[in-house]
Amino acid sequence: MIEAKNISKTFDGRTVLHSVSATFEAGKTNLIIGQSGSGKTVLMKSLVGLVTPEEGEILFDGRDIMRMNTEQKKQLRKEIGMLFQGSALFDSETVLGNVMFPLVMFTNQSYNEMRARAMFCLERVNLIGAEDKYPAEISGGMQKRVAIARAIALNPKYLFCDEPNSGLDPKTSIVIDELLSDITHEYNITTVINTHDMNSVLGIGENIVFINKGHREWVGNMHQIYNTDNATLNDFVFATELFQQVRRYVADNGRGATNHIKLNS
Amino acid sequence: MLISSSLATFGRYCLFMKRVFSLPDRWGVFGKRTIAEVGKLGLDSIPLVIIISIFIGAVIAIQMQLNVSSPMMPAYSVGLATREIILLEFSNSILCLILAGKVGSNIASEIGTMRVTEQIDALEIMGVNSANYLVLPKVVAFVLFMPVLVILCMGTSFFGGYMVAVLTDLISVSKFVYGLQAMFQEWYVWYGLIKSLVFAFIVASVSSFYGYYVKGGALDVGKASTNGVVASSILILLFDVILTKILLQ
Repeated sequence: MIEAKNISKTFDGRTVLHSVSATFEAGKTNLIIGQSGSGKTVLMKSLVGLVTPEEGEILFDGRDIMRMNTEQKKQLRKEIGMLFQGSALFDSETVLGNVMFPLVMFTNQSYNEMRARAMFCLERVNLIGAEDKYPAEISGGMQKRVAIARAIALNPKYLFCDEPNSGLDPKTSIVIDELLSDITHEYNITTVINTHDMNSVLGIGENIVFINKGHREWVGNMHQIYNTDNATLNDFVFATELFQQVRRYVADNGRGATNHIKLNS
Repeated sequence: MLISSSLATFGRYCLFMKRVFSLPDRWGVFGKRTIAEVGKLGLDSIPLVIIISIFIGAVIAIQMQLNVSSPMMPAYSVGLATREIILLEFSNSILCLILAGKVGSNIASEIGTMRVTEQIDALEIMGVNSANYLVLPKVVAFVLFMPVLVILCMGTSFFGGYMVAVLTDLISVSKFVYGLQAMFQEWYVWYGLIKSLVFAFIVASVSSFYGYYVKGGALDVGKASTNGVVASSILILLFDVILTKILLQ
């Protein structure tokens, strides 16, 4: 479990996060949602230690990352996997090389052991056969899956995903969402996903934190979001006619209808 | 304003170097990356060094013949002056200025692209010291390989001058070869090698610094690459004066 307590961050005199608190639970897909510029990326970067907040605490199962020394942070980061918006694969390495990278850097396994583990991870994301290709030779969706394979190579306790669906077509987005959800439940990972993809929100949002103008405005899940009375959240999630229809359909047919929508998607 | 920003940049450079010169997480990985960088930064520069050296060596020989030769000067002075120019300045300072363009922009744009595509963030998240992992192999490889390029440059420049003597009737071959050997001072070779080591360090580290701290997108990577080359070139010229004063006086 990851707990963010009263996180505040200011850039050049402009406060981007105003005392934000949130809890991200283990074995669940935790979503941070909000409009562009709302502060969700800063919140995620604060969680992983790429940005240092001025105030607050960030606890990884009780361990405060902001009070850790360099060595302690290094140890914690071995427990963290991260999927970046642009995948952030190493151009000079093959798909296999990318997935093996954390194993090479942080384990003492033999080459065959590392290769076996990397192939297992690639198989998990349905990428067997692409191991000798370079990132530039595969599609955006495949790059995302390689990045997921690399992120889970070291069996992380915490998985962070920054807009995993950006630049992907709706069908591939669903594949990525389901993969993240499956991996989260299978390995009991604390997964934090930063997104403004409404399919993800309504499809895998087991714990949703809504950020607006640097404030945490709402916390709930994908079922509760249909009945929220938060006007800003309503405007954000149900901005399109399609999602308004989905909400009406759910209202008419009950919450169980969300499963029907998911199956048909 | 300019002084304070320069001092701030120098301070950031020093902190960056502190991160670069920490012990590698994996010596095996460091070794492999260093060998790869020797190939990329060093071996790949050999064709450029050979082409430039042959032509500049030839040009220096022709210009020396036109400017130095007179009834008052011995005929071998053309070869002697050509050698001194090549040993003292061309094979180290000028060569490093040229390589600052090729190698410096390569380093800055590679690291800068890694920064804007979040590859450096990915390394940091994994707990890898990205500055050490990416930059140290480049600095070590380029500094280690630079003497090879300098020696190669010296040899091919002499060859370029020699070919002028062979292919034209401007200079007598025997007098030119005698001039190349006359009053030879071994220290000048060491002087050139020492300077080149310092310049190689400047090119690799300064270009890496500019690439590492890129913010923005492709335009900013290009800007960082240019800034890296300009800063490296200015520092090479500055240290050329300092080292010449220290080593030759």
